[in-house]
Amino acid sequence: MGALLKRDILIAIRSGGGALTGVLFFLVVVILFPFAIGPDTGTLARLGPAILWIGALLASLLGLDRLFAQDREDGSLDLIVMQAHPMALTIFVKAAAHWLVTGLPLVLAAPLFGIMLNMEPIAIAATVTTLAIGTPAIAFIGTVGAAVSVKLPRGGLLISVLVLPLVIPVLIFGVAATIGALEEPAPFTAPFLLLCAVTLFTAVLGPLAAGYMLRHSAD
Amino acid sequence: MATQTKPSTEGFWSFANPSKFMGFANRTIPALAITTLIALAAGMFMVLNAPEDYQQGSSVLIMFVHVPAAWLSMMIYTVMACSAVGTIVWRHPLADVSLRAAAPLGAVFTFLALVTGSLWGKPMWGTWWEWDARMTSVLILLIIYLGLIALSRAFEEPAEGAQPLAIMTLTGFIIVPVIKFSVNWWNTLHQPASVMRFDRPAMDAAFLYPLLVMAIGYSLLFFTLHFMSMRNEILGRRIRTMKIANAQEGR
Repeated sequence: MGALLKRDILIAIRSGGGALTGVLFFLVVVILFPFAIGPDTGTLARLGPAILWIGALLASLLGLDRLFAQDREDGSLDLIVMQAHPMALTIFVKAAAHWLVTGLPLVLAAPLFGIMLNMEPIAIAATVTTLAIGTPAIAFIGTVGAAVSVKLPRGGLLISVLVLPLVIPVLIFGVAATIGALEEPAPFTAPFLLLCAVTLFTAVLGPLAAGYMLRHSAD
Repeated sequence: MATQTKPSTEGFWSFANPSKFMGFANRTIPALAITTLIALAAGMFMVLNAPEDYQQGSSVLIMFVHVPAAWLSMMIYTVMACSAVGTIVWRHPLADVSLRAAAPLGAVFTFLALVTGSLWGKPMWGTWWEWDARMTSVLILLIIYLGLIALSRAFEEPAEGAQPLAIMTLTGFIIVPVIKFSVNWWNTLHQPASVMRFDRPAMDAAFLYPLLVMAIGYSLLFFTLHFMSMRNEILGRRIRTMKIANAQEGR
């Protein structure tokens, strides 16, 4: 499992900066917002958490279609399916590697973009915390989408359409917790705990469903 | 089922055979269609005789087309989820056929619920659309339906798409209640429009009975269309198989 984690991370890093592309995409999305809603700093600061969340959400979807398709093309997916380890565990590790390469850089870049959006330090802290907890859930849900469309030649767009409605709860609880940390009447703990719950829930069910899918679609 | 004399499960399971189902569908569809027409006609009659609401006036009539459509949008997804279980657990080709046939119908009923809701919202709430938790979650349901339809058409070989489609349908079903229960959290994000609450009112019998009859009519309509659509799907697959066989012979 450790070897698989290392392999996936190395492939992602050496095959042309997937992480950087994701962060770049994130930056472009964030930059689009001041153009769209005007450079008023007050508005931007207020919308900041939502902007960062949407940017991170879209950026997280980028590499999903390659998650299993690449392994399928070079044949290593068959080996992964045939090995003795539980399939769900393998996919959990693959999703973790995917998140470390694409999700974590987004979380690390978020504070910088938060400053650009004129957000307060506490808002930035809350957004980064919720992103750190919420983005793995996107990777875990994404494994299902990636497994379902692994055989499709043009699955990338379809994955986004299928996965985006499913990650809406992550977005809701993530932004709700961030708002809760900022504004007094809104609670922070409850949405935050629900966000944690969603991540744990998807960490179990996503790899299970994806594993089932891959085992039954192996050629 | 009525003609089946053996009460054993074997009798029921025999309908999982597509040919048996075709016979069953051919026999039931006319009866179902007629019952649907009767139920809908009776429902419409009762609706038109229903009293006007003291607040909403005659626009309360929209409720009788709107609420059943909204119920159906949820029920059809449940039918699809059951079919998905059938595909995953028993691998019945018919379960996959049922799922595929139900998806467009579900999308249509969801769309109908949204459109009638919007038409009802304009005179009642003064707005076509509000990002209310209920409306938004139904919109997400519509998107899930459309995504599943896209997925079901993406596979060249229908049999290859059965398992992915079933998995995706079940995944969507897990999330639908989560979306439903997110009402409170959504409201913390969006300052709630308090008019928009669609709490189930303690409804007067004068409204409730027409509504229930309409709901029965809608459900029958769905089952009629579902059976017809399943029959089309099976026929389509047979045509496909024949074409492939012909092509191979010609080679």
